[in-house]
Amino acid sequence: MDLDDTPDEAAFRLEARQWLEAEAEPLTEGEARAGFSEFEDAEEIARARQWQERKADAGWACITWPVEYGGRGGTPMQSNIWRQEEARVRTPPDVFTAGIGMAGPTLLAHGTDEQQRRWLPGMARGEQIWCQLFSEPAAGSDLAALRTSAVRDGDEWVVTGQKLWSSAASVADWGLLVVRTDPDVSKHAGLTYLMVDMRTPGIDARPIRQITGGANFNEVFLTDVRVPDVNRVGEVGRGWSVALTTLMNERSSLGEGGTGGALGVRGLLALAETTHDERGPLLEDDAVCEAIADCYVRSKGIVYTSLRTLTALSRGVPAGPEVSIAKLVAGRMRQQMMSLAMDLQDLFGAVVEPEPDSDHLAWDHGYLFAPAARIAGGSDEILRNIIAERVLGLPAEPRVDKGIAFRDIPMGPEHA
Amino acid sequence: MNFEFDEDHRELAHAARTLLEDRCSLRHVRAVFDGPASYDERLWSAGAEMGWMGVAVPEAYGGVGLGYLELALLAEEVGRALAPIPLSSSAYLATEALLLAGTPDQKERYLPRLARGELIATLAVQERRDRVGGADLATRFASGRLDGVKAPVPDGDVADLAVVVANGGSLLALVELDADGVRREPLTSFDPSRSLSRLHFDGARAEPLGADGEGHALLDHVLDRAAVLFAFEQIGGAQRCLDLAVAYAKERYAFGRPIGSYQALKHKLADVFVAVELARSNAYYGAWALSSGSDELPVAACLARISATDAFQTAAEEGLHVHGGIGFTWEHDAHLFLRRSRLLALVLGPGRRWKRTLVHRLAARA
Repeated sequence: MDLDDTPDEAAFRLEARQWLEAEAEPLTEGEARAGFSEFEDAEEIARARQWQERKADAGWACITWPVEYGGRGGTPMQSNIWRQEEARVRTPPDVFTAGIGMAGPTLLAHGTDEQQRRWLPGMARGEQIWCQLFSEPAAGSDLAALRTSAVRDGDEWVVTGQKLWSSAASVADWGLLVVRTDPDVSKHAGLTYLMVDMRTPGIDARPIRQITGGANFNEVFLTDVRVPDVNRVGEVGRGWSVALTTLMNERSSLGEGGTGGALGVRGLLALAETTHDERGPLLEDDAVCEAIADCYVRSKGIVYTSLRTLTALSRGVPAGPEVSIAKLVAGRMRQQMMSLAMDLQDLFGAVVEPEPDSDHLAWDHGYLFAPAARIAGGSDEILRNIIAERVLGLPAEPRVDKGIAFRDIPMGPEHA
Repeated sequence: MNFEFDEDHRELAHAARTLLEDRCSLRHVRAVFDGPASYDERLWSAGAEMGWMGVAVPEAYGGVGLGYLELALLAEEVGRALAPIPLSSSAYLATEALLLAGTPDQKERYLPRLARGELIATLAVQERRDRVGGADLATRFASGRLDGVKAPVPDGDVADLAVVVANGGSLLALVELDADGVRREPLTSFDPSRSLSRLHFDGARAEPLGADGEGHALLDHVLDRAAVLFAFEQIGGAQRCLDLAVAYAKERYAFGRPIGSYQALKHKLADVFVAVELARSNAYYGAWALSSGSDELPVAACLARISATDAFQTAAEEGLHVHGGIGFTWEHDAHLFLRRSRLLALVLGPGRRWKRTLVHRLAARA
């Protein structure tokens, strides 16, 4: 039990820090590090690509990936140290979550050597923006109910259907696509996983405006889109297990993003210290203290849970479904934290600053963004089901969609 | 970084679990709960033979000379078993106060016997129901004599020695409880497997523990260290509640299927699991801070304490609820956990105090 670096880890950290200090500006006092990109600013995306390329050139991209695929061949522990150090400097917002965070690990787990060679090095260099084409109008939490069909035609698949909630799809180079290749078998057995070039004719990505006002996610219409069979990851009919790998990595990326909660709590503390009511600073209000403490305890609980997972990984124990904890806790916590920060300012909590700085953090924007974290990558309810069934071993609910062909499964009037 | 206990840290806890499964089933807990004894003397002796009370006491003072990582894991087992013994009062609180502030003479006089379980000691803070958190403490120490009333004192009826907060908190006094001028008055405990008493001091012979004027700082330090160890007890109890509730949800049928197959129960139990895991992670941080002598302990202790208190109470309340009507009966064990969870939540002061302390410590650190 030792939270401090081993000599090797300390040497790695020093090397990383020296490179980062030479290549990037440190964050200023109170400055929040960049989160996920909203994919609306082409210049921002270009800067993100450049930063990734510089990291790749210096051997700091995708720490755990094999060297021949553009990684460093490092350990999960080194990857964590890198993330900690990179968080100390100003970097462009993250545009590579669906690629490096999800497509990469999926290819490493299920791709052929040829597929890994084809995509991973470019991904590590930031050459590709990826998006996820999973959800559909009639398949959200019940993802395996998806209906986008793919019919084999020689060496190609012909894909037709509609995908939904696909972040970055309108700017992406590649998409992770799950399709139904056989409607006559049970629903999980009829799925296949494809990598699709987003510039293929027949793909039409239309941005959807979100409650934040931004429009970085999309509905994507696919009409007779031809995807070469060499882009298939895993066997025909085994797409579900490949998709689960993607989803697990998505949850762990989103949960990690949520651990910025500790930074959020620092912002809350500063806000409560500088905001006064008629009795003085709000930090002297017991109820305020207790509410901040509740946020802090959970955010640190997530951080230390991830360190336990990391230690297990370092000991060769694979991460299990318990990685769902971070996302489940972080989503709700951020929502409560943002609304608390708005509360602390009375009606000014409802005033949107046109250009929020560190003294006027965009709590209102954070509050509007927070519901997404509770829905994307598995809703709170789905994550609780996973914990209950796969960690606690509680029995599955009886289902009416089991043991029958997908085409015979009842569906709502809207989609029938 | 290595954020996990190693196998050699766990050896003592493994042996403790074996002993506890044999000697401290819930039937044994009930014997104390329903009976006249204040604690399980046979279990205390068996634990003493394994060195439980001296795990973190240096060998120079007759201890086992292991450390706080081992003691934390032992605490988890003791919590899991709901062991009806005064380990927390004696080992986490009084022994720690002696280790921190005792003179060489005081240490030599008491630590070896405490470490062997031959003496039981406790910590006495509160005095009245209507004064909490160190307000208006009236117990006075002067010229080697102690006057005042302390209540409730955990294990005060069986302790041989007490560390008493005196002079408005500025001084801790050490008093042998079989001395003249000490009277013990048992109170009825919400958790009858752990006793509470009122101690009357009427010119009882006592001596200072630590320097006059440093009582507040010393008490804070003792409570921070104990908070980490209590957190492991609470997590042990919480995990057991969860295990029992999950097992019941698998075997109990309603409407033709196990109640654990309904999402309403799945989600409830998943939330309990999450609370226990967050508490465990925060408690690991506390154990690291305690065992490594880190200056992060004041914050780490708060995190461990708040998180573990929440986890045990949630697990005990929801665990009982999952059992339905049978969980509300005296004969069912659910209320043993419910009562213990409340007792442990209150014994170092309630959650709201630790939350305020946490935020003030964070603000001071920023």
